[in-house]
Amino acid sequence: MSLTDLLGGLLVLLGMPFFFLGTLGLLRFPDAYTRLHALAKTDNVGLGLVCLGLALYSGSWLTGLKLLLIWLLMLVASAAGAGLIGRTAMARGMKPWGL
Amino acid sequence: MGWLVLVFDGLLAAALIWLAWQATHTPGLFRSVISFIIFGLLMALAWVRLDAPDIALAEAAIGAGATGALLLSALGRLVATHEEGAPWQERRDLYFWIPAGGALLGLLTLAAWMLPSPGLGEQVQDALPESGVQNPVTAVLLNFRALDTLLEIGVLLLAAIAIWSLGRMPLPSAPAVRSPALPALGRLLFPMFVLVSAYLLWRGSHAPGGAFPAGAVMGAGGILTILAGAQPWLTGSVHGPWRMLLSLGFAAMLALALGVMALGQPFFAYPPGLAGLIVLALELAAGLSIAMSLVALYLAGQPPDHWEGEARGE
Repeated sequence: MSLTDLLGGLLVLLGMPFFFLGTLGLLRFPDAYTRLHALAKTDNVGLGLVCLGLALYSGSWLTGLKLLLIWLLMLVASAAGAGLIGRTAMARGMKPWGL
Repeated sequence: MGWLVLVFDGLLAAALIWLAWQATHTPGLFRSVISFIIFGLLMALAWVRLDAPDIALAEAAIGAGATGALLLSALGRLVATHEEGAPWQERRDLYFWIPAGGALLGLLTLAAWMLPSPGLGEQVQDALPESGVQNPVTAVLLNFRALDTLLEIGVLLLAAIAIWSLGRMPLPSAPAVRSPALPALGRLLFPMFVLVSAYLLWRGSHAPGGAFPAGAVMGAGGILTILAGAQPWLTGSVHGPWRMLLSLGFAAMLALALGVMALGQPFFAYPPGLAGLIVLALELAAGLSIAMSLVALYLAGQPPDHWEGEARGE
């Protein structure tokens, strides 16, 4: 097992806790806004680490660039989606927790 | 590592069955639709595990993406659904559904068990050099069994015609919340949709990809731009291309199937040497038609000749 394989595997493993914490936040936080906060941020970082790890693991520039593109698309989609859900919740008169 | 893969497959299968149950039996239509979309995504994963990436791509794009968007838009137009349990959620129905489901599963397992074991894979591999492409799935879809694909595209076209004949399309529901994010997303992503579907189409000749995934991705891009508030410009009697693009795939395939007969070949038997070119051309035509059909299905009715605010007669 080469050093890049090891590093790649390590980065993928490092990404896992972010997904776990994001899901925990989705299940445990009290309202839509805090849940979005937990989910959007942790998934972006988690997926970034996983993609970086897989890119290293694949050992090919082309695959690495495709994974980077997937991560960037996911960032855009997650930001737009979270914004839309937040705005819709606001428009429906959902009060943020604790206010 | 063998057991880890087994655990993953077991979890996947259990999640699929649970989601299928949720999609059909959960109280509240919104939960059903969401369960159905996640079911489509996991189903795509299951196809990947079965070494069928072509079907996985089509399932993810059509099963989860386009169908999910259709179901959600239908849901948005339904007025005040009853959120309480449907009548079939009574306990006594379980006494019917559990044995019936078990019997169906048993019969399907038996049928799968009794399939002829090598299948037709080897014959396809043997004939692959004559097909003009290197991907066996594309070879089957657009050369060996092109008649089936012609009929499939015909079904899509018929569905679009049937929906258009139901009446005018309902007014595009303005988004409840104005957000700058959605139009920006549509603008930013549409070139990506075009790029990805062109890539899938080109890839189809030698690797998983081809007309169906490419068309589905393009159709999903069209649906996203409509969601973002864009008005489809290819409409009505003024903008003819819409109708032509819708029927392009079916017409091109049929014309080709009959055209080769004029060259002394049997129905749908491509002249040797030209097969690669013909398959690529048909893929392009079919992909465009599939994309337009999906957008046409999403519009839920015949689009108007003129859009509001559009200059007339130009």
